[in-house]
Amino acid sequence: MYVAVKGGETAIARSWDLLAAARRGDSALAELSLGQIRQQLRLAVARVMQEGSLYDEELAALALKQAAGDTVEAVFLLRAFRTTLPRFASSKPLDTAAMRVRRRVSGTFKDVPGGQILGPTADYTQRLLDFSLGDNSDVPPCALADSGVPQPLPSVLEVLAAEGLIEAEQPLPGDPEPADLTRQPLMFPADRATRLQNLARADEGWLLGLAYSTQRGYAESHPFAGEIRMGEVSVSVCPEELGFDIDIGEITLTECQMINQFAGSKTAPPQFTRGYGLSFGEAERKAMAMALVDRSLRAEELGEAAHAPAQQQEFVLYHSDNVEASGFVQHLKLPHYVDFQAELSLIRTLRAQATSSAVQEANHD
Amino acid sequence: MSQPVLSVSGLAKDYGNGQGCFDIDFELYEGEVLCIVGESGSGKSTLLSTLAGRLSADAGSVRFRDRAGSSHELTTLAEAERRRLARSEWGFVTQHARDGLRMNVSAGANVSERLMALGQRHYGQLRETAAQWLEKVEISRERLDDRPTAFSGGMQQRLQIARNLVTQPRLVFMDEPTGGLDVSVQARFLDLLRRLVHDTGIAVIMVTHDLGVTRLLAQRTLVMQQGRVVEAGLTDQILDDPQHPYSQLLVSSILQA
Amino acid sequence: MTETCHSQWQYNFAFLDENTKRMLRRALLKAVAIPGYQVPFGSREMPLPYGWGTGGIQLTASIIGQDDVLKVIDQGADDTTNAVNIRRFFARVTSVATTSSTAAASLIQSRHRIPETPLRPGQIMVFQVPEPEALRTLEASEVETRKLHAHQEYGLMHVKLYEDIARFGHIATSYDYPVMVNQRYLSSPSPIPKFDNPKLHMSPALLLFGAGREKRLYAIPPHTRVESLAFEDHPFTVQRWEQACALCGSHDSYLDEIITDDAGARMFVCSDTDYCQQQQESKA
Repeated sequence: MYVAVKGGETAIARSWDLLAAARRGDSALAELSLGQIRQQLRLAVARVMQEGSLYDEELAALALKQAAGDTVEAVFLLRAFRTTLPRFASSKPLDTAAMRVRRRVSGTFKDVPGGQILGPTADYTQRLLDFSLGDNSDVPPCALADSGVPQPLPSVLEVLAAEGLIEAEQPLPGDPEPADLTRQPLMFPADRATRLQNLARADEGWLLGLAYSTQRGYAESHPFAGEIRMGEVSVSVCPEELGFDIDIGEITLTECQMINQFAGSKTAPPQFTRGYGLSFGEAERKAMAMALVDRSLRAEELGEAAHAPAQQQEFVLYHSDNVEASGFVQHLKLPHYVDFQAELSLIRTLRAQATSSAVQEANHD
Repeated sequence: MSQPVLSVSGLAKDYGNGQGCFDIDFELYEGEVLCIVGESGSGKSTLLSTLAGRLSADAGSVRFRDRAGSSHELTTLAEAERRRLARSEWGFVTQHARDGLRMNVSAGANVSERLMALGQRHYGQLRETAAQWLEKVEISRERLDDRPTAFSGGMQQRLQIARNLVTQPRLVFMDEPTGGLDVSVQARFLDLLRRLVHDTGIAVIMVTHDLGVTRLLAQRTLVMQQGRVVEAGLTDQILDDPQHPYSQLLVSSILQA
Repeated sequence: MTETCHSQWQYNFAFLDENTKRMLRRALLKAVAIPGYQVPFGSREMPLPYGWGTGGIQLTASIIGQDDVLKVIDQGADDTTNAVNIRRFFARVTSVATTSSTAAASLIQSRHRIPETPLRPGQIMVFQVPEPEALRTLEASEVETRKLHAHQEYGLMHVKLYEDIARFGHIATSYDYPVMVNQRYLSSPSPIPKFDNPKLHMSPALLLFGAGREKRLYAIPPHTRVESLAFEDHPFTVQRWEQACALCGSHDSYLDEIITDDAGARMFVCSDTDYCQQQQESKA
């Protein structure tokens, strides 16, 4: 009689077994290794690292495997693990100008110092299913670059900056340490560093939709892709007890600097403004969408009318996190018997009132 | 004569590019209606918002005397205190009813809101007070449970008046309250307003571009041009014998119309 | 950095590190000092989904000790899936004793109910809160609602209650019924049925509320006035049933309706499973 409520313990244990079996699938097929995932699903790994805010390919691959390829679930797993990690140090600011560039394109100039470097991109493929991949055939070896990319590769936006045509990219007075959104709650109004941090962790689909909306009349910002670069950047820390920088490795990053029109205000002459996007791994879609949304969120600071969803801090930043969103949307699956019971009684009362007053009116007529 | 409700001296709000309002001086007394006239861009709405504390002033002083006789300097008032005065001592009637009413709740709730904010907790009494106020603004008490969306433009403006006057404020700011109304509807609205001001003794500062409104309501008028008051005085005097060329232009344009 | 062996990973007692627990306890002290005020806190990413009790879990984790006896309920029941999951989580990361008995528990984490058995001094209840802002459905902006609290401007909430009476003849809020805590802060009691609201008033136990996704926590310290909003001529009332519990015969507990066949037959039973069992045993 009471089965609907009792017996949860056993049922949960059974659901775990079923989940494990479903994840593994047909045991006659070889199990995926984490190395295979890292190597062959590198973009999925990058997205999990990015939205999970943890650069660790092995753990991201493990999360993807455990989540059976569900990106948001994998992000969730990685973040929950990240919470428990002790913090040894903060890195020095990354220098993306010193990036060992593997890809760099600009949509604003036909040629730029150092040239357009296409790198490993799907942009110029025909999107035809490649059935040869189905046979596990070997890929012919790839010739390496015939001429090296200049190091460092100058930034396209510096050309405009030298002429004063684009706003200077200056740290805030005093260069305050940015907030850490994994340690402090998001508060409003949020400064740009905090906003960028939120956007960097944001769900790619959410950013993509918002960015797209700004191109369709909801907060037009007249963007140009000033520069997109991808490659490796070294990470260094300066332990207090040593007092000098140590290189602790390098990470792959994609950076997008968007150039946007700006008509000028009472304090600033007309000039180009910037939108900025940065992501782990090869993640151009994310970096570009982030740059567009970063720029649209600057509306207030630049004295622009802010009516569109993509310009509203609270709207954009409060709803960008897919782990939060996924949990809250899906919490509706949890039992709500108590509240539903309360609503049921209420609706019955209201209906009884409506019926009796209708009867009274009928008698009155 | 009693003390003024509001004393303004040297008030300025500077937007930087020549826009704003500058060197504003006037006094306002109980039961008095002051109209601020001028064309759009003359700074009259900026002045109203600065007086009401919705914009921060860049210079000058605005002193407000409350019901208890205490004086408050509005340009430096803490937000908590300003909001308290806004709830209890002031009203604000906007041009668009949408900005001044809650369109998704009943007329009764709209009128009762300020009373509830001041702590009244008897539903029956709130409802009765709201019904009486609807009648005072010539809306049938039958409409108490209707939403403002079901009201005509003129009724919506009268509902705004009721919503503001229900707590018997000392000072009511009005921003082009007749701006969206037909001429015939305007006349009835102005007539009602004049009666309510007379009955309640409130002071009103009204921004309008319409000298007709001024003639009907205001004892005194400020004429604004490019952010400055170019002429100030008794309304009849300004209308009959304007001194400043700009006032002359405004007056002649309505006489022709 | 990727070659580390993670398989021997050891979680700290109660999952959170000690610094995080201290941060949470500091925020809790502030919350206790300002009853009903929502304290922003650095909510951590927990291994359970947002909306499923991450706020409650963090509060429990920050205050639980080796000697505590933990009870976890969801919808009043100890054996509902989410309650089981959270209890297992704490059993795994703390090894503290767990119980289903309200009287035996020192710490009770709950979603949507307050037990029928009266709480006693020294007990702590932790509520899971999905939306800590009582004004949120009336005002979407957090910047704005924080101002309304700061200036104690709660006219908006009364407009809603007024409108309910005008439309329905009474206040049409049956759960998450807004309360005024210590005559100062308008607060959400979490989505408990309004039936449970009177238990908040002058409770001898410490009541803590955690909203992980929204990163807010608040508290109702023992013996604090908690008033459910109402009008003088439309006083606050709670749900009543014509039936008694079909299992224990109780007339004064909150009842769940259970549909027993597809012809629409139904029975009413206590939502508080522990209470129901006590009643049945005392009659046996």
